[in-house]
Amino acid sequence: MSGAHVLLHIDGRPVQVKAGSSVAAALRVAGGSGVARTSVGGAPRAPFCGMGVCQECRVQIDGQRRLACQTVCAEGMRVETGR
Amino acid sequence: MTNAAMAGERCDVLIVGAGPAGMAAAVAAAQGGASVAVIDDNPAPGGQIWRDGPGASLPAAARAWRDALERQPRIRLCSGTRVVAAPAPDVLLLEDAARAWRMQWQRLILCTGARELMLPFPGWTLPGVTGAGGLQALVKAGLPVEGERIVVAGSGPLLLAAAATARAAGAKVVRIAEQASFAAVAGFAAGLLRWPGKAMQALTLADARYRTASRIVAVQGGTQVKAVRLLRAGRTEEIACDRVACGFGLVPNTQLGRLLGCALAAPGDRAPGLAVDAQQATSRPGIYAAGECTGFGGSERALAQGAIAGHAAVGNMQAAQRHVAARARWDAFADRLHRGFALADELRRMPQADTLLCRCEDVPLAAVAGCSGWADAKLHHRCGMGACQGRVCGDAAQFLFGWTPPPPRPPLSPVRIATLAGLADDAGGDRQ
Repeated sequence: MSGAHVLLHIDGRPVQVKAGSSVAAALRVAGGSGVARTSVGGAPRAPFCGMGVCQECRVQIDGQRRLACQTVCAEGMRVETGR
Repeated sequence: MTNAAMAGERCDVLIVGAGPAGMAAAVAAAQGGASVAVIDDNPAPGGQIWRDGPGASLPAAARAWRDALERQPRIRLCSGTRVVAAPAPDVLLLEDAARAWRMQWQRLILCTGARELMLPFPGWTLPGVTGAGGLQALVKAGLPVEGERIVVAGSGPLLLAAAATARAAGAKVVRIAEQASFAAVAGFAAGLLRWPGKAMQALTLADARYRTASRIVAVQGGTQVKAVRLLRAGRTEEIACDRVACGFGLVPNTQLGRLLGCALAAPGDRAPGLAVDAQQATSRPGIYAAGECTGFGGSERALAQGAIAGHAAVGNMQAAQRHVAARARWDAFADRLHRGFALADELRRMPQADTLLCRCEDVPLAAVAGCSGWADAKLHHRCGMGACQGRVCGDAAQFLFGWTPPPPRPPLSPVRIATLAGLADDAGGDRQ
């Protein structure tokens, strides 16, 4: 799959990533520090454990709450962060 | 109410986890003629150590095991799948991105791996702070780190592996801070002569930026990482960086085993794994466990344990016996690893009163420091009540205060309402 890219939308903005990338990686590719959500106290949080344990990277993907670190980007995917 | 709301499948041997232990167990069980289902929460098999992705280069062994899984028609692999609950003694409720379903098994092999021990320190919730293994996983999955200045801190060989992965992806690793003493690390390295492969690996990972007896004081930054303060030999040092990756060793992932009533091994210095006998059988009939969920020890030990569990689960004791020597060899390696990287008491002083212990519910250390135990912290301060269900702060609290979390309750991870509704329907149906 080397060389192939997929296009998805994060908070309405188009982002192109290498095929096989996780949504967590795409958050960072989109710019900034890769923030996925806001904490109870309003602080920005980004992917932390990278392996589906901490839940810090939970986002809405095509309308469903999923973990960015364990979801592979797909063409046309729509991701909404909790910022 | 019938069970039609939730489809059911069945298999002879159900394996939870597709890392080295799960892969070896699956191939062994299938060779014995069993129908095997392997479920795994990652998008592709390989576990944490053999994680695939655009930023990964899979070792030959990983490819060989993946091919073996694919070639074996008796093995069904369900990736991107989580265990939600155990609605009956021989059934697991599963969920993937599209559906929820029940899987009935005759033998169950738990290969649920380990998670990183994350310990709190000021600034550990800032974007740009990740686990050490976490950084490795994120980079393999395509996280761009080219040109980033990265500090890796914590304990264990995983720090070196994470640094190597980041460097290969174009990052500048400016410091690797190991909390163990020079004497402890040197003793560990000297002992590697018994495991020449590991000694070679250590040499290839050796790094001029590696410092022992060194720990994090704080990560600084407003909305993302700007610098890290480290303490070494009584002196603090500030290093400008863009990212901090920290991990303090591994904690066996015993959640599912405990839910099923499997006994834990005797507690040592670290969180105990699932107790197993010579055949990798747990204390519950028909349930086996292999790999890091029985205690941390690396992929070679996991492969040996997985093969033994897979053969034993289908009654092929002769084939299981062939892997016993390898298991003993890597058990000895694991013992040495634990001794070399024992965590120092000073790490308990890393968090300050206002440092968040529970990242999900924003509970500071001061709020729970006077609590009598985990239940008290949970009930009165919501510590561990958030989305991660105490997996991060529960492990930290166990290290900081010696609190042992009670066995988990279903659902094991956040799931869709529809999945829970199906579970309720089933429970009602079963009762009537």
